[in-house]
Amino acid sequence: MDELIFFINRVLISGTVLGSIYALGAVGVTLIFGILRFAHFAHGDMMTMGAFVAFVLAAAMTAMGIVTPLPAGFVVLPLAMIITAVLALGLDKGFYAPLRQRGAKPVTLLIASIGVTLMIQGLTRLIFGSGTRTFFDTESKDIFRIDMSWAGGSRPISITEPQVIMFIVTALIVVALHLFLTRSRLGKAMRAMADNAALAQVSGINTALVVRVTWVIAGALACVAGTMLALDVALMPDLAFNIVLPIFAAAIVGGLGHAYGAIVGGFLIAFAETMAVFNWTAVLRPINGLLPEGMALPANLALVPTEYKLTVAFVILVITLLVRPTGIFKGAST
Amino acid sequence: MPLIELKHVVGGYGGAPILNGVDMAIEASDIGVIVGPNGAGKSTTLKAIFGLLRVTGGTIEFGGENIANSLPDKLVPKGLSFVPQEKNVFTSMTVEENLEMGAFTRTDDFRPTMDWVYSMFPVLAEKRRQPAGELSGGQRQMVAMGRALMSKPKLLMLDEPSAGLSPRYVIEIFETIVRVNKEGVGILMVEQNARQALAFASKGFVLAQGQNRFTGTGPELIADPEVAKSFLGG
Repeated sequence: MDELIFFINRVLISGTVLGSIYALGAVGVTLIFGILRFAHFAHGDMMTMGAFVAFVLAAAMTAMGIVTPLPAGFVVLPLAMIITAVLALGLDKGFYAPLRQRGAKPVTLLIASIGVTLMIQGLTRLIFGSGTRTFFDTESKDIFRIDMSWAGGSRPISITEPQVIMFIVTALIVVALHLFLTRSRLGKAMRAMADNAALAQVSGINTALVVRVTWVIAGALACVAGTMLALDVALMPDLAFNIVLPIFAAAIVGGLGHAYGAIVGGFLIAFAETMAVFNWTAVLRPINGLLPEGMALPANLALVPTEYKLTVAFVILVITLLVRPTGIFKGAST
Repeated sequence: MPLIELKHVVGGYGGAPILNGVDMAIEASDIGVIVGPNGAGKSTTLKAIFGLLRVTGGTIEFGGENIANSLPDKLVPKGLSFVPQEKNVFTSMTVEENLEMGAFTRTDDFRPTMDWVYSMFPVLAEKRRQPAGELSGGQRQMVAMGRALMSKPKLLMLDEPSAGLSPRYVIEIFETIVRVNKEGVGILMVEQNARQALAFASKGFVLAQGQNRFTGTGPELIADPEVAKSFLGG
């Protein structure tokens, strides 16, 4: 029983947390690719930017002496999402839109987005320093412990309050996104433009509006994902830059341009990573008794050492590109 | 006053002009058919009207106003609609969603128009929940036409609506075009099946090298020995 509880704590819960973050990041990447046809490399930094916006708001709230039952990071989230969405629109207007107007190729936009990455990281370091910060200076991270002694477990299933709220927020966002894309006129127009931009234009769809809506959604979701990452771990200037690879892998594995694919891909990559670095000896220990004399499971039976976690996303990406280049949901291949 | 009137339109994609002075006038009751050899500027004329390439000379008057170089999102609400030759459906979206996209610029209730489109193409009503990418070539062409009709256009432009279709569908598409025209929608189309299309054209235009070569009613053009010899394959 303890082995199962250990597995739930280490794989199921962490995998879901990481999956939520990857999924929300990958949705933004995939929508931007679908509408604007370029890989937005600065997406990770847009997440970091969103996390810092939430951090500043949360700090301001604490300074004003407002105490809330929920962690401050979540209370300020709606406002932080709006601010990050506006910043994302600004990034597009300032850097990407002028290039598009001159008919720049996707690769030019990709390189511009690398420039934006460096700029955001530089600005963040300039303003906030390069140190690590936490949302939990003034408040504590509540931990829920579900007692499992009734099932013969000696350890509880433990999950932090931010993690519980994260699951709820992610679920709500996925449902809202689904309804937006399938029920609203603008959401359908977004799918239409991702499907066939030329025909969308011919149909009279206001493509400039669709582009703006895409940045708003991508920015808002990036803010949520970045803030979640910061709440779960800590806040630093290269916070989300480090996970830009798994996020892109998730978007590609799911099928570029396909929002549901990005969500599935996000959880797939996250669970693969979590399971690859998981020490399986902890779960398989009971087998030791069955093994012949003199043989025992090694102390560490992880598939990949933790520091090589990133390779997992790479491997899945390469396999996907070899076996099914268009991704699970048949996205765009160009 | 004609529904649309092109006066000496010159235009192209930036380099040498492809259109060197095209003149055309279409009434709401007309079916206009543009024929001519490859590279004559047939599709280019439709694209020039629809703002998809630069018009550098001449005027395009629609409803009494010069619409040259206006973009589609301004033209569709004015009553122009265009069915491109290729990639003319949203393959990942259902038939119904395709039609809805055609009504994007409308703010009023488009249900009646959708019912009208379904009455025109009963097979689409059956497949309304299917992704358009799963349909046959002929059915896709119907989706494309249906999408263009959803904005309740005054002028419907079609770029080779019969291209790549089996003879059975060619006849069906042409019959539908005539029916749409009878409901008061002006038609301007480019056709490879020149003889077949000119047979029901009230206005025929033979273009060559970006200029009008012959103009007349469809049957007149078919009867003209010179047109027949040079452009209709004898």
